[in-house]
Amino acid sequence: MRALAVGAIAVSSALVLTACGSDDNSAANGVNEKKAAKNIECAGKGKLLASGSSAQKNAMDVWIKNYMAACKDVQLNYNPVGSGGGITQFTQGSTAFAGSDSALKPEEVAASKKICKGGQGINLPMVGGPVAVSYNLPGVDDLVLDAPTLAKIFDSKIKKWNDPAIKKLNPKADLPAKEIHPFHRSDESGTTANLGKYLGKAAPGDWKYPDEKAWPAKGGQGASGSSGVSAQVKQTEGAISYVELSYATSNDLSTAKLDTGASEPVEVSPENASKAIADAKVVGKGKDLALDLNYATKAEGAYPLMLVTYEIACDKGNKPESLDAVKSFLNYTASDFGQEVLVKEGYAPLPPEIAKKVRETVPTLS
Amino acid sequence: MDTPTSKAPAPPEAPQGRRTTGKAGDRVFLGLSRGSGIVLLVIMAAIAAFLAYRASLAISKDQANFLTAFAWNPQGNPPEFGIAILAYGTVVSSIIAMAVAVPVAIGIALFVSHYAPRKLAAPMAYVIDLLAAVPSIVYGLWGALVLVPYLAGLNQWLDEYLGWTYIFDKTGSGPARSLFTVGLLLAVMILPVITNVIREVFLQVPRMHEEAALALGATRWEVIRMSVLPFGRSGIISASMLGLGRALGETMAVATVLSPSFVFSGHLLDPGGGTFAQNIAAKFNEADAFGRDALIASGLVLFVITLLVNGAARLIIARRKEYSGAAA
Repeated sequence: MRALAVGAIAVSSALVLTACGSDDNSAANGVNEKKAAKNIECAGKGKLLASGSSAQKNAMDVWIKNYMAACKDVQLNYNPVGSGGGITQFTQGSTAFAGSDSALKPEEVAASKKICKGGQGINLPMVGGPVAVSYNLPGVDDLVLDAPTLAKIFDSKIKKWNDPAIKKLNPKADLPAKEIHPFHRSDESGTTANLGKYLGKAAPGDWKYPDEKAWPAKGGQGASGSSGVSAQVKQTEGAISYVELSYATSNDLSTAKLDTGASEPVEVSPENASKAIADAKVVGKGKDLALDLNYATKAEGAYPLMLVTYEIACDKGNKPESLDAVKSFLNYTASDFGQEVLVKEGYAPLPPEIAKKVRETVPTLS
Repeated sequence: MDTPTSKAPAPPEAPQGRRTTGKAGDRVFLGLSRGSGIVLLVIMAAIAAFLAYRASLAISKDQANFLTAFAWNPQGNPPEFGIAILAYGTVVSSIIAMAVAVPVAIGIALFVSHYAPRKLAAPMAYVIDLLAAVPSIVYGLWGALVLVPYLAGLNQWLDEYLGWTYIFDKTGSGPARSLFTVGLLLAVMILPVITNVIREVFLQVPRMHEEAALALGATRWEVIRMSVLPFGRSGIISASMLGLGRALGETMAVATVLSPSFVFSGHLLDPGGGTFAQNIAAKFNEADAFGRDALIASGLVLFVITLLVNGAARLIIARRKEYSGAAA
């Protein structure tokens, strides 16, 4: 037994070592980093803590890597605890800013006034992302779905792949008489909430559930996390689910096009999601840039199943020791250089008009 | 602090110097062992108090019946959560696991201790030890990636031929991420624990009993039935309880395999359901302070169930004290 334990320790320490090693390797694209470094204006120093939405974790990882490579004086740490946890930690004053996949609720704004002396918490849209409808149906590559059909599938009203409603949208496809196995997130997720918002706005007659983070409908199977859901779709013939685009790409899953009422069904892609975000209205007052996304958009090439995550900071009364660093970091993330690295991670860059507003707002934080 | 040893008369022939060191050593050791015992009790009491306090915070605000509601929505408005599904899932999956694992474990233990040639018995015992060393997340991955797809056929067969029993009637669709699958996976996981203990007990059956039986003309099976099994009965029970303890509290493997849901289904093959530990692992990340209290409340119930099971096992073992040689 002792030999076994020694072996286990050896193996696990080897794993730890390789894990450290891979971090070092990531500096391989040093050229890009240098280019990025030139475009980052450093300010402030010390440790900067942030936490919140896990939907923007991959974007934050890239941004923080680039930012810390340029600004050695600042140590930034983003903890993807989830949006709710991020906002709570922010309003308790333990973090400099929060990431959230939904704008602050009125009671959260009220709570933020305790931290922001003379001001309040504001929403700064920073990361957009398309949510892919991924499926596993060998022989069917170009599946087209629309909001009502999708709503009925996830509500277990449409149970077979050769249902007339799906046939009507895919006249050319050879749809098998197989059962549809819808999968949803079993954990609470902003992705679920966004699917709910989309279905509720674009197919109000067929989706009567509240847009909650916990899966509201009955039927179908649950799996934990985007990776869990992707694995189930990969493994199960006849499965359909919704995941952030990066997970669909990395797992090599087929993704459905959405028939929005535009002249052609829209494919899921960062660019197409940006087009849909451009259709959003800013509903926040003052410096608050909370968006009202238009999920029912019929604009050409706009992919309506999308999410926008915000960074949340104080408009006035930020902590003086972290203010400069926060402004410098958010300036970078909202800049063209910050936004263009997102596409590779499967996120959608902010459309120019909204990005412009964010860039105008960040320097005014105090 | 007056210890009983200080009053005890010292053996007269012990030399003066050594006696005092011996006395000090005694005292230190007594203090250490008594301290360990007290620490253990304090830790148990602290855990129970912590669970009870945090649970009471959550339960007092629960708008649904905590024991009977089929929902888990502590962050909702109003907060509604209940443990009925979790208790059902935990108990049912553990029962399936025990029903499968205990007979097989007795079989393996008998084979290793009484049938296998010595050359085979030692390596087999070692392999069983190895099974116990596999981490539960690995069992979970194996369950999700291998067991679930391969059980589709068995599930179809059970549904077709035993569907009339209601419990084997499959009404849901999709892969077999059901309580039944979880039960089978748990059976594999607890098998080594149970087997090891039972094997040790069987090996301790007094040689005289077996030889006496043989001398009376008993066959090998009769020897086992008349001397080994009765002697090992309390051992089998305590081994099963050890396994049951692991099955009740198993977390990661269940969370990886099961498709969690709070919709009740009496059909074992239907995907869905949940267990206490699985639910805590799945919900903890996104839970706020109140949500965590609610999860702790469910943990308290699991704590109580485990205590009851262990207590019941102790009672059974105590009743059969005549064979307690190996039960402990």
